[in-house]
Amino acid sequence: MTDQPVLRITNLHKNFDGVPVLRGIDLDVHQHRVVALIGASGSGKSTLLKSINLLERIDDGQIFLKGEDISDPRVNVDKTRARIGVVFQQFNLFPHLTVLDNVTLASRKVHGVPRDQAEETAVEWLERIGMRDKLRTYPDRLSGGQQQRVAIVRAITSNPELLLLDEITSALDPQLVGEVLDLVSELKTGGSTILMATHEMTFARKVADTVVFLKDGVLIEQGPPEQIFDHPQHPETRDYLSRY
Amino acid sequence: MLISAASTIALAAVLWLTVINTHGWAEVQRSFFDPKIAWASLPTLLLGLWLNVQVLFFAVIGVAIFATLIAVVRTLRGAVFFPLRFLAAAYTDLFRGIPVIIVLYLIGFGIPGLGLFPRLPPEFWGTIALILTYSAYVSEVLRAGMEAVHPSQRLAARSLGLSHAQTLRMIVLPQGVRKVGPALMNDFVSMQKDVGLVSVLGAVDVVRSAGIIESTYANFTPYVVAGLLFVLISWPFIRVADWLSARAQRREQIGGTV
Repeated sequence: MTDQPVLRITNLHKNFDGVPVLRGIDLDVHQHRVVALIGASGSGKSTLLKSINLLERIDDGQIFLKGEDISDPRVNVDKTRARIGVVFQQFNLFPHLTVLDNVTLASRKVHGVPRDQAEETAVEWLERIGMRDKLRTYPDRLSGGQQQRVAIVRAITSNPELLLLDEITSALDPQLVGEVLDLVSELKTGGSTILMATHEMTFARKVADTVVFLKDGVLIEQGPPEQIFDHPQHPETRDYLSRY
Repeated sequence: MLISAASTIALAAVLWLTVINTHGWAEVQRSFFDPKIAWASLPTLLLGLWLNVQVLFFAVIGVAIFATLIAVVRTLRGAVFFPLRFLAAAYTDLFRGIPVIIVLYLIGFGIPGLGLFPRLPPEFWGTIALILTYSAYVSEVLRAGMEAVHPSQRLAARSLGLSHAQTLRMIVLPQGVRKVGPALMNDFVSMQKDVGLVSVLGAVDVVRSAGIIESTYANFTPYVVAGLLFVLISWPFIRVADWLSARAQRREQIGGTV
């Protein structure tokens, strides 16, 4: 079953108060692959990511995580979310917890990892991102780039099967974007399966295996980065990319 | 520094001279500020105060638990919880409206009258009445705090796989309580004084003890001493409450003090 995708989305529909936001999305994400979602704001990228993590209820279609239909209403949402890591645009670290507690909370409380073991893993990760000295620091003392890297580490320490990144550099000062993207490249090298919404075209071209272009809730075109960026097949894609 | 000290001393002198020159001063001094009676009543009053401290201790624990419960119930969403939400709202409305002393009478004399419970001391029912009254206020403060926690915090917690209850307990409540820390401290200081009201049920606390001594010597000095004792125990908490408010304000104003 090596060819089974980690994530398979079929005919996904989502409306907000009768207004269609996603209109029949079909998408596969295979193991160890990085898929970049590009498209204008409001094209449905964030809604798609939220739907996958069951933070939004979908109106039609199915979402499979390693073959299991997680869009089935009978599925245990907490258990499913625990299998998927999410990083948000605004970091959303817990301000009342230290960096170490932010990172270990899910391992300890959701995955039942003993504290010392969870902290060992967390320290290893924080060391890798050069934040060993910030273990006992609270998030409000960190730069945006540091906060976002902690948020990424928080999302991956419990080894999620799929990592969702929702425009994780959009709220950062330009000089802080690099350190966050470097960490994502490192995750790709480490074999993570990633679906990311992004406006960083250069980065998408560099790390993504597949680039997916969304417009008004419709998947217009997908393919390897060279195809999408250099030879887009669809006029809509060409039109959107001409602005970059 | 020098000017403020001088003006403070001048004001104190004026007040002092005004008071001691009133023609009833000698009489008032004898019946309210008799040092001998103050000293003699101190052991009894301290014993009474110990009861107030015990009532306060249990009332604080009771309020912490009950108020949190009510606050959580009031933030539950979904039609299923309507009856619970309605009850909680009715409770807070009712108990914020009734004067403490009436709650004390109703609980302290009414419930034992039902004969449902074995005989319990009046301070027990007094504690219950205080818990009921203060939980109504404190639950509203807590609810305001919880609602001030940004929804993205819940989102982040749920996305990690934490359940609704875990999110409430580990993310929303701790942050909510921090946001309303100063208001909670004020309610605590206020309750610290109101423990003296258990005396109306006949509990021999510091106020009641002062009353007993007063009727023995026909002298009000014990009340003054009791009052000072209340100030003495609440003063540290009042300072902490002020300090918390000041700190919260400083944090809010980082980056702009206009």
